[in-house]
Amino acid sequence: MTARTASLWQIRQPSVIPGFGLALGVTLSWLTLIILIPLSGLVWRSSALGWTTFWELATDQRTVNALRISFGTAFLAALINVVFGVILAWVLVRYRFPGKRVIDAMVDLPFALPTAVAGIALTTLYAPNGWIGSLLTPLGIKVAFTPLGIVFALVFVGLPFVVRTVQPIMEEIDKEVEEAAATLGANRLQTIRRVLLPGLSPAVLTGFALAFARGVGEYGSVIFIAGNLPYVSEIAPLLIVIRLEEFNYPAATAIAAVMLVISFAMLLIINMIQAWSRRRYGYGA
Amino acid sequence: MAHDGTASPAGSGNTELVRVATSEHRLARYGLIAAALTFVALFLVLPLAAVFTEAMRNGPGEFLTVLSDPETFAAIRLTLLVAGIAVPLNLVFGIAAAWAIAKFEFKGKAFLTTLIDLPFSVSPVISGLVFVLLFGSHSLLGPWLQSHGIQILFAVPGIVLATVFVTFPFVARELIPLMQEQGTSDEEAALSLGASGWQTFWHVTLPNIKWGLLYGVLLCNARAMGEFGAVSVVSGHIRGLTNTMPLQVEILYNEYNFVAAFAVATLLALLALVTLVLKSLLEMKYSAQIAASRRH
Amino acid sequence: MEVRVQNIRKEFGRFPALNDVSLDIRSGELIALLGPSGSGKTTLLRLIAGLESPTEGTVYFGNEDASRKTVQERNIGFVFQHYALFRHMTVLDNVSFGLTIRPAGRRPPKADIRKRALELLDLVQLSGLEKRYPAQLSGGQRQRVALARAMAVEPNVLLLDEPFGALDAQVRKELRRWLREIHDRTGHTTVFVTHDQDEALELADRVVVMSKGQIEQIGTPDEIYDTPNSPFVFGFIGQSNILPVRVENGQLWLEDRSIGVSAPGEADGPAQLYFRPHDIELLDGGGCIAGIVVQTRRVAGTRHVELDIGTANTKVEIELPPEKATSDRSRLAFRPTRWKLFRD
Repeated sequence: MTARTASLWQIRQPSVIPGFGLALGVTLSWLTLIILIPLSGLVWRSSALGWTTFWELATDQRTVNALRISFGTAFLAALINVVFGVILAWVLVRYRFPGKRVIDAMVDLPFALPTAVAGIALTTLYAPNGWIGSLLTPLGIKVAFTPLGIVFALVFVGLPFVVRTVQPIMEEIDKEVEEAAATLGANRLQTIRRVLLPGLSPAVLTGFALAFARGVGEYGSVIFIAGNLPYVSEIAPLLIVIRLEEFNYPAATAIAAVMLVISFAMLLIINMIQAWSRRRYGYGA
Repeated sequence: MAHDGTASPAGSGNTELVRVATSEHRLARYGLIAAALTFVALFLVLPLAAVFTEAMRNGPGEFLTVLSDPETFAAIRLTLLVAGIAVPLNLVFGIAAAWAIAKFEFKGKAFLTTLIDLPFSVSPVISGLVFVLLFGSHSLLGPWLQSHGIQILFAVPGIVLATVFVTFPFVARELIPLMQEQGTSDEEAALSLGASGWQTFWHVTLPNIKWGLLYGVLLCNARAMGEFGAVSVVSGHIRGLTNTMPLQVEILYNEYNFVAAFAVATLLALLALVTLVLKSLLEMKYSAQIAASRRH
Repeated sequence: MEVRVQNIRKEFGRFPALNDVSLDIRSGELIALLGPSGSGKTTLLRLIAGLESPTEGTVYFGNEDASRKTVQERNIGFVFQHYALFRHMTVLDNVSFGLTIRPAGRRPPKADIRKRALELLDLVQLSGLEKRYPAQLSGGQRQRVALARAMAVEPNVLLLDEPFGALDAQVRKELRRWLREIHDRTGHTTVFVTHDQDEALELADRVVVMSKGQIEQIGTPDEIYDTPNSPFVFGFIGQSNILPVRVENGQLWLEDRSIGVSAPGEADGPAQLYFRPHDIELLDGGGCIAGIVVQTRRVAGTRHVELDIGTANTKVEIELPPEKATSDRSRLAFRPTRWKLFRD
């Protein structure tokens, strides 16, 4: 009887390993101090605005445009990354070619290179007089200082998310499955389209979501290349910074709150899709 | 079996009577490799090359002059200081969190793990904003801080806080899966032999996780030194005082002092390259001792 | 369909996996490739399928040279050791796959594909599970889905790689009998690879024993068991005793004693005598092999008796009816009734 009540009230299962209290104590205090209190400050400040004010601020045309640009370009960039990220992962997993090791290591460059450096480098490269920009200008394609520039910066930032999510799953593909498709008469394209890609789709979806989430919030690499024209190429994080510089804290808070809500909702949906996939097919990513 | 279908494009495929069933046509292989390499060149290699060429545009002389500028020097010092504080703090936190989560079963564990990952899904700008809202002059704490002469925003403490926020999950995320994989039997063995809790940690757990720990610290440090958005919001951009290297890059660039901007950027790019090389070395040599999930 | 393998040689790098292998598989036959790991049996199966291509030699399907055909063109059914089911497809979609991917001209209408797949699922006793995903099935059920999927394309030949390798002993036995029934009902020419002699001997019409990239013997299960034609087959299949003997004037000698076995026409000289533990008769004396009982074990309906025959520390095992009581250290004399001599 007592044992039963004890187990009901116990937070953790018994273990001989010491240090649970200390470790969890440090974790929770640090988490609360650094993450939870500051974030709840944001929640508190935005709820203090009142619904009407909040709605007015959130539906301000410039804000709406900035959010649309942030989410739209991040979506497009994540799509591009899915296509090239899957190709890149495939090439790295399946083929041998000189310099493969270096390329594999290079994929992580966007993780390691500070975003500001990436921003000025991409701008220099894709500006009308830059190495690549000067080749594109005669074709009438303008990258830097347009929304397209934002997409390019976000492609850079998001690439490793897709590759590094898909790559380990590709490495685990059972060769027998491909052979099975071939013995049933499927040509290579049919095998890839109908067998391999559907099998990779949970990983691809996760990679897409990670790249997308990162792209929506990205600031450093974008502001140099975007041109930052209000209503046209101004991203939401930049608008937060601008509002802060104007000491317009309510507006900054409102934009941040909207971004957070949309991002969390997306993560939730992705998690649900993953859980569903795991239940059904016995695998997720 | 020895049916290695990785068949290199230049490989022995053409001596076979029929093509290996699990490989693409040679032209398709070349095409895919070409597409991947072009993409890598356009988005990764050329930007990196641009940093170095732009910095050297006016020769190494000017490059060195820029780097010996006192403001640049102050930025380097501040960056090192901030990383020097933020990384050890998150290192301690990471080990504590991984110990609690990997070695014990308790209620709310999954939720705790989600909370630790939270900073990854928050825009860096918002990571800075939350501290402005907390410590700014119009906030609850603001007036109190002001009356006691404590400066957090637009000063080093704010920059450290924002950096800690942004780099919060790195070490924990690397250690948790690794320690979960290793289980608790080693620790139980040490304890049964009479070792104390701390002895067990120092002599058993730490040696088991050291390479994974180093890996996490490496990534944490790269982000700490390179963080831009969050730091930008809380720093106030006071030259020589609250400018980290990435902020210095921005200021120089916006002043059209491109060579100087790229010179400072070169240092950060070198940091990135060193990080990548160390990271690859760790992955190559100690792959077993680095967590299976290498996602960020 | 009849399948002929002619002088096949296969090398992986420098390593020869198959060396001059020829095999005729009759139409409608159920044939087992039996051998230890590394004997080349799986390689041979994959060569027939077209999953590997031979370094030298030819594979004929009927009278047609199939060597230059791709695996897709050969129209075979292959069941993989770990089933290789498509895990994002339902059972029904897995079975229908081979038909749905056919080019429009050769593709049956949707309703026909569905009907055929359901029929096959009925044949493999999986009716009602067509909407499940592979992850929701047991090992034995997955195995049967894999078989149905392979049969859906009306294959020229059905190839199975260690079809029961990944299953529990119990399920294994059931499926073995069941596979034989399916074969008898559908009549597909079937080749399966196994390292399990019981499986091969119980299931197959003919067994191909392989070792080190070569075929050691081809024959019915009875032929393989009763008249093994090489020391390898003797040793690999069933239990056997090996004694170093000498032939003198058509008589076998173990050291300085005649063992009462005559081998007319055998040349004089040393040889190895192979015989099975149950192919013996007990004697009271005369020309025989005699030894002291070291150990006895009762295994189901027989008594296994281990004898020390005093020669070069050789131990011999014989099988006796259980009612034949023997005590340790007692003396027994016997003579092999069915045996074979091999020379080095």
